[in-house]
Amino acid sequence: MLERLLVLSVVLFCIGLYGVLSRRHIIAVLMSIELMFNAVNVALVAFSRYVTPADLGAPGGLAENARYVLTGQGLAVFVIVAAAAEVALGLALVIALMRRTDTLDITAVNLMRR
Amino acid sequence: MAGNLFQEIVFWLLAATTVGAALLVVHVQSLFRAALLLIVSFLGVAGIFAMVNAEFLAVAQVLIYVGGIAVLVIFAVMLTRDVDRGNLGTPVQPVALLLAVVLLGTLTYAVVQAEWRLLPDDLPGPLAAVFVDTPAQLGRLLVRDFVLAFEVAGALLFAAVIGALALVRER
Repeated sequence: MLERLLVLSVVLFCIGLYGVLSRRHIIAVLMSIELMFNAVNVALVAFSRYVTPADLGAPGGLAENARYVLTGQGLAVFVIVAAAAEVALGLALVIALMRRTDTLDITAVNLMRR
Repeated sequence: MAGNLFQEIVFWLLAATTVGAALLVVHVQSLFRAALLLIVSFLGVAGIFAMVNAEFLAVAQVLIYVGGIAVLVIFAVMLTRDVDRGNLGTPVQPVALLLAVVLLGTLTYAVVQAEWRLLPDDLPGPLAAVFVDTPAQLGRLLVRDFVLAFEVAGALLFAAVIGALALVRER
């Protein structure tokens, strides 16, 4: 079960990577980045459910440390927070870029080169 | 055993939906359709979360990704021109495909080869109790053990909102 979840995560990640590198429209690139974030979350949740965390062996015994088995899910929460911040800023950048250059084609954006 | 078979079917349906929708997101020409397919992919991932004892994340996925991020993306798509033919490829498309396929092969090999320290199939009592009540346990983990990261995440969101407002302000 772990392996198939991780392979699903890898497939999603590579689709997202392909989208980021191959799409021309900046919003399409942002959507592909969201796919990659999702892939990472799938992997984290799978680890959380199926892999033994090292913290379980910490002093206090299994009963004290049982909650550390959810560390992967906790990290996934932070990934979701980071993704939300990223998309808010990314779309603000899209709007600012559209006002300034009148195009959203990333191959035509060269503000830093002028 | 019947329950197991049912689980298998649900998993493969969810996985096929997620991957299929993700493939279409990077392939369809219309950006608006891509945004809608992105929602389908997010919902598939939410289903996967629900299957592996991550109930809180499944709900957060629907609320934040489908309810927040996807709606924001659709708003941005609506504000832009050339929506119907916006999803053109860049000149480096073949290289991107090659890179993605190579990474896919490498990571899949690594995943299959690695020796994972798996949890036992019949979980010891305390662990089974955690998985019965994941949202409450996850909450405790976040506000006790990870409280600093939790506060920093709040500051990050605050800074992102201020930054977004500053970027789109009319001068």
